[in-house]
Amino acid sequence: MEIRPILSTLLRHKITALLLIVQIALTCAIVCNAVFLIRQRLQRMDIPSGIAEHQLLQIQFAYVGDRPDAYAQAQADLATLRQIAGVQAVALANQLPLSGYAMSNSGIKLRPNQQHDSLEVASYYGQNLLATLGVRLQSGRDFRSDELLDLKSVLPALHASDMTRLPHAVIVSQAVAARLWPGQSALGKTIYVGDDIPLQVIGVSGPLARPDDLQNGPQYSIVYPIRLTATEGGSYLIRTASRDREQVLISALTALEGLDPNRIVLEKRTYDDVRQSFFERDRAMTGMLAGVIAAMLAITALGIAGLASFWVSQRRRTIGVRRALGATRGDILRYFQTENFLLATIGIALGMGLAYGMNLLLMQHYELPRLPSTYLPVGAIALWLIGQLAVLGPALRAAAVPPVVATRDG
Amino acid sequence: MFGYYLDLALHSLGRNRALTALMVAAIALGIGASMTTLTVLHVLSGDPLPGASSTLYAPQLDPRDMQGYQPQAEPPGQVTWIDGMNLLQAKRADQQALMTGGSVAIQPAQSALHPFYEPARYTTADFFSMFRVPFRYGQAWGASEDAASAAVAVISSRLNDRLFGGRDSRGRMIRLYGHPLRIIGVLGDWRPNPHFYDLNVTNYGSHEGVYLPLSTSQDLHLAHLGGADCWGNGGADATPAAPCVWLQFWVQLHTQGQVAAYRQFLVHYSEEQRSLGRFQRPPNTRLRDLMQWLDYRQVVPGDVQLQTWLALGFLLVCLVNTVGLMLAKFLRRAPELGVRRALGASRQALFVQLLVESGVVGLAGGLGGLLLACLGLWMVRRQPADYAPLAHLDGAMLLLTFLLAVGASLLAGVLPAWRASRVSPGLQLKGH
Repeated sequence: MEIRPILSTLLRHKITALLLIVQIALTCAIVCNAVFLIRQRLQRMDIPSGIAEHQLLQIQFAYVGDRPDAYAQAQADLATLRQIAGVQAVALANQLPLSGYAMSNSGIKLRPNQQHDSLEVASYYGQNLLATLGVRLQSGRDFRSDELLDLKSVLPALHASDMTRLPHAVIVSQAVAARLWPGQSALGKTIYVGDDIPLQVIGVSGPLARPDDLQNGPQYSIVYPIRLTATEGGSYLIRTASRDREQVLISALTALEGLDPNRIVLEKRTYDDVRQSFFERDRAMTGMLAGVIAAMLAITALGIAGLASFWVSQRRRTIGVRRALGATRGDILRYFQTENFLLATIGIALGMGLAYGMNLLLMQHYELPRLPSTYLPVGAIALWLIGQLAVLGPALRAAAVPPVVATRDG
Repeated sequence: MFGYYLDLALHSLGRNRALTALMVAAIALGIGASMTTLTVLHVLSGDPLPGASSTLYAPQLDPRDMQGYQPQAEPPGQVTWIDGMNLLQAKRADQQALMTGGSVAIQPAQSALHPFYEPARYTTADFFSMFRVPFRYGQAWGASEDAASAAVAVISSRLNDRLFGGRDSRGRMIRLYGHPLRIIGVLGDWRPNPHFYDLNVTNYGSHEGVYLPLSTSQDLHLAHLGGADCWGNGGADATPAAPCVWLQFWVQLHTQGQVAAYRQFLVHYSEEQRSLGRFQRPPNTRLRDLMQWLDYRQVVPGDVQLQTWLALGFLLVCLVNTVGLMLAKFLRRAPELGVRRALGASRQALFVQLLVESGVVGLAGGLGGLLLACLGLWMVRRQPADYAPLAHLDGAMLLLTFLLAVGASLLAGVLPAWRASRVSPGLQLKGH
């Protein structure tokens, strides 16, 4: 296909051609970045929690009035829950992965008196926690029940720096172990938290996502051998077969309210709901980005088709002359397709530069990584395809112009 | 003349219905998307206390130990109990208030109502005058009630409606965890957004139902709610003795001289505390006014800003699209325009005629955009975000939409009209 006549025709429509190129460039740049943003969100929404997500229920209460007997009450509650048909395990936990509500974080040091923390982790605690969550130990062991300390006695000991009444053991997630002691076994190692409280690693758990602040490392979490009650902000966790969840939740609420009607239910939901609401905003943002991409591509496609129609009807006579001089229908079709390909290529080339520029701006303002270069061909191919599809209709109409038009007036 | 041009424009637009619809739809979509996101941005970055915000300041101190010390790193956004009390009692500002959030169980007197949880604010007395809180009934407590840990409370009008059917409830009792407090005031409509004085709870849409003296909340051991940052062996439990920041402190300063003096005071206070051995770090203080504080805390979600940029980019693509189509359309009519020129129409007359045509498209698009913006905001209100219920079009944004529509239509019309009005009369006639 000869390109020179196409170029010289385009030069006669400089402004219109330029506008089309600008539109393609802008669309290409925005689509590349928007697709990248969607990918980022999808990756985030894909983070494994590490727990048996579809088999867990959460119930959280608040109490009216003081509860001096809270620990006895907690034991009674747990015992009652275990009795319910279909319940496989129960726990009291201070927080849940990907719940958006971080109750406790710790700074970990590898040596006493270390100036800066080596790692900032989410700290989980509760009784029967890992077994109920379904988090397996990769090495070492879980806490023995006689190792667990009550939160109400740990806090005063912490303020008094009374090491004898503080925990001595800890379980770390594999991500923490790999980060702090790469290539070594974490078992038996010591970490320091707070004012140099030593804790010995007795177990390494599988993945266990943190409740929030995923930017600090989504899988950095540790487990303390501490017991808490619902009055201290703990949630009851119930493990059951996924098909029994609804029934078990109703039975559990009835049983717990029967034990003590004087409490207010704050949460009663499946873990699937927890995770769902944590990523709700990401899902909404993904939807909005996808909508904008679709709308923008549609507008650009319609714009290309509209412009091509104009050009075809404007050049009917020229087309007729060319046909009369021996050009085939295929030649005319290819002429308009090549014209669009040329415009799209220039637009895409500009658009790629623009996409990089936009990404740089986004990186400055919104903690985004660099746009991988693989996104650029994706945007390019999308726009080439859309351009070719959009121009096909008008080009076919052009090819259908009979040679006899050349002999007619205007 | 204008009527005639309008007639011509409508006639011409009617000849290419699909194309006209495409141009109008493109402008409408672009304006609709931009206005939706701009309105959300406008609502979220608004001034919660117009008129008073420039006199309100949030002092920051750095009471942490040397663990993780980096020179000139930002000090914590809250204060410890001891520092809060010291600054409060120093009375170096015109007004000052120390506060924190909580959540309290309320047991209604009517047995028909179940106990329920209500967000609460534990604060010292200046809170109400400093933040210009309106009262429907009664008034706030004073310094003497603060000092005496008086069992008094102020409730929101929403809670008053719920508990007392909206009647003047002064003198009635409200039971928090079984502790009776006497109601001395009922607030009017007061919902500042963002929730500037405590951004640890939620940024938007959170409003306390119960207000009581900070000293009373301590006496009753009411639990604190919100962030607590601790160091050393402070385990996230917000008690007066713990090495934790968990209270918000605000001051009101009316002149620049006062502001400078307060800055000095914060530095002197830090030095004094350091010489006493309480502070370990060198003085590291900040004194931001309300709007600077909101900016520093980045209350406007990054997603909202990103959406705004995206929508503006989309509008730009739609405008370029429309300009291109309009231009092609006008140039296609070059022969007709040439005839009009040859018959004596001036360039200016052609320009105005074409501008009317593109203006009609722009205005139709603008109107469509306004409708789409209303639809868009309705969709935003159904989103799962704390700011969602606030997304409403106000007068300022309505005016902006109108200006944007007119501007967009002019932008989309001027270039094509100017280019097409420059056809030479002779050349176009020759072909015929």
